[in-house]
Amino acid sequence: MELLGYILQQLVNGLQLGAVYALIALGYTMVYGVLRLINFAHGDIFMFGSFVAYYLIAKWQMPLPLVFMITMAATALLGLAVEKVAYKPLRAAPRISLLITAVGVSLFLEYFLSLNAIFTPNYIAFPRPFEVVDYDLSLVAITNIQLIIFSVTTASLLLLYLLVYKTKHGRAMRAVSHDHETAALMGINVDATISFTFMIGTALAGIGGILYAFAYPQINVFMGIMPGIKSFIAAVLGGIGLVHGAVLGGIVIGVSEVCVSAFLSSTLRDAVIFVILLLVLLLRPSGFFGKRREKV
Amino acid sequence: MKKIWLIVISLCLAAAGAAQAKEAVRIGLICPLTGDVKTFGESSKNGFSLALEDYGKTGKYAINPIIADDRNDPTEGANSALKLITQDRVIAFVGPLTSKVAIPVSEIAAKYRVPMITEGATSPKVTVYDGKRKLSVFRACFIDPFQGRVAASFALSDLGAKTAGILYDVGNDYSRGLAEVFKSTFEQGKGTIIAYESYQKDDVDFSALTTKLRAKKPDLIFIPDYYNKAGLIARQLREKGVSAILIGTDGWDSPELPKIAGNAIIGGYFTNHYSPERKDRVAQKFIDRYRALHGAVPDALAALTFDATMILLETIDRVGKPGTESITQALSGLKNFHGVTGTISFDKNGDAVKSAVILRVEKDGPRYVTTVNP
Repeated sequence: MELLGYILQQLVNGLQLGAVYALIALGYTMVYGVLRLINFAHGDIFMFGSFVAYYLIAKWQMPLPLVFMITMAATALLGLAVEKVAYKPLRAAPRISLLITAVGVSLFLEYFLSLNAIFTPNYIAFPRPFEVVDYDLSLVAITNIQLIIFSVTTASLLLLYLLVYKTKHGRAMRAVSHDHETAALMGINVDATISFTFMIGTALAGIGGILYAFAYPQINVFMGIMPGIKSFIAAVLGGIGLVHGAVLGGIVIGVSEVCVSAFLSSTLRDAVIFVILLLVLLLRPSGFFGKRREKV
Repeated sequence: MKKIWLIVISLCLAAAGAAQAKEAVRIGLICPLTGDVKTFGESSKNGFSLALEDYGKTGKYAINPIIADDRNDPTEGANSALKLITQDRVIAFVGPLTSKVAIPVSEIAAKYRVPMITEGATSPKVTVYDGKRKLSVFRACFIDPFQGRVAASFALSDLGAKTAGILYDVGNDYSRGLAEVFKSTFEQGKGTIIAYESYQKDDVDFSALTTKLRAKKPDLIFIPDYYNKAGLIARQLREKGVSAILIGTDGWDSPELPKIAGNAIIGGYFTNHYSPERKDRVAQKFIDRYRALHGAVPDALAALTFDATMILLETIDRVGKPGTESITQALSGLKNFHGVTGTISFDKNGDAVKSAVILRVEKDGPRYVTTVNP
């Protein structure tokens, strides 16, 4: 009984991590869907979200709903700016140029924001706007932070699903992901749709940034690198370009990370994650769900 | 003709003026002023300036200090050291203060034969690597095999712990070295290590490890890491309901620690280089001046940097003509230097042989518990 409780508890821990990875992975996957671009700056936009939330909470004591709204708007604007400045001029260029630009944008954001006049390269304690409460459900214990993470992630997913599959904008996004030229012939504004997709993806990264800072209350400008890589693996795992693939990939990565630490050895954790990635790339190069070309 | 005489006279006057002013000597300081251990660097810089101020009153030379920020990043530290040595041409430098930066920097110092005194890098690999002594490298603090033993013995005898868990950063020589020493000492003393877990530098999620520790219920948990990480781990341990005593090392000594960890860290113990409660003439004078200037009690790194800098400056005065070679030689024979953190003599490896203190974390700062002699 105690063992069962222990296993369940570790699963809950894994889900907490996985839910945040899923939110970041969604941004990777959506951008890849419309542009065939791996936006390496995505992890840094996630970091930017944490910092915006930090200033809103620590300096201006804003209520939580407002924090979420302003942070999402800020990261979406940053995403839009990155797309307009760095990626749009390269739309006709070979994909390798885009990829290198993405790495450049990522480094630029990290080192520009780490200037002393901006966010500084220091580690900053993130003030949680509420106390942690542990709810004991006999077998497992769940904290209010975990509940917030699960509910916010689920709500974001539902809204995203509705947006992609039930609205005109979503239909445009799906069309652009199939073929830019044909979509343009059908009267879709391709550039506007790409920008819109970028904004949605980066807004999700903003939510991820807030939740991450709630769960692990310490932020710094380089905090986006590791979650960025892990979420990228998650997106590839599920089949890059697929919304449900990113979610499943995120949860698989989160749960396996925690389980390797819990049942094998904490030193092996990252090695196992990368072995999973290699296996997936060898056996199913298009990911769990990536058999057909249905992409957004 | 008159003109030439005028020039000659003015040249003589200029030479006389120069002879009266003190000869300039360049020394460097490498410390992390930004990044994950920035309070260490700030304290270090404060200690350094106080030492320069003291020396300025009586010293033979005009010191020209050059301060470099290493961000607690080995690459950044190596770059700063190369710049100090090859461009600024310092004759000696103090720092870096963390082992992970001091190890690569000490290689550079040894290669260029420039004397370096690290104030706080405790890993044995800083002065000796693969059984080979790095000749121009010295340190003003004790080393980790001693520090780890002190922590483990304190846990066994004073705290009466029977079982312990260890959490350490696998990519950091300082953290890993301490974890190994603690483990072997604790096991020799009939204690059991029931969890020996590592994490990576960038990790922030310790939920798997904290849940594991909650299930295993050790009496005590040893976290040999810098204050930022230790604080984050302490907080997650308490949030998961782990009530074991927490024990750490000199990396915990920062005013930021309670800010990051909150109440989770209160009641924890850590090993350190000195306690501000130390009753000593030199220490008391330093503490009073520091407090008057910076409005805070100096932590161990401020005191250690003051000592390391004073050792260097007094050596510069002692040798006939200050140069890298003469200073290295004079430093090798240093005996009984009366510093803020204790009496310092360099052994054959260039390491200071000193006692350690144990401090307890309280709401208003660390409190002295006991002293352990080598």
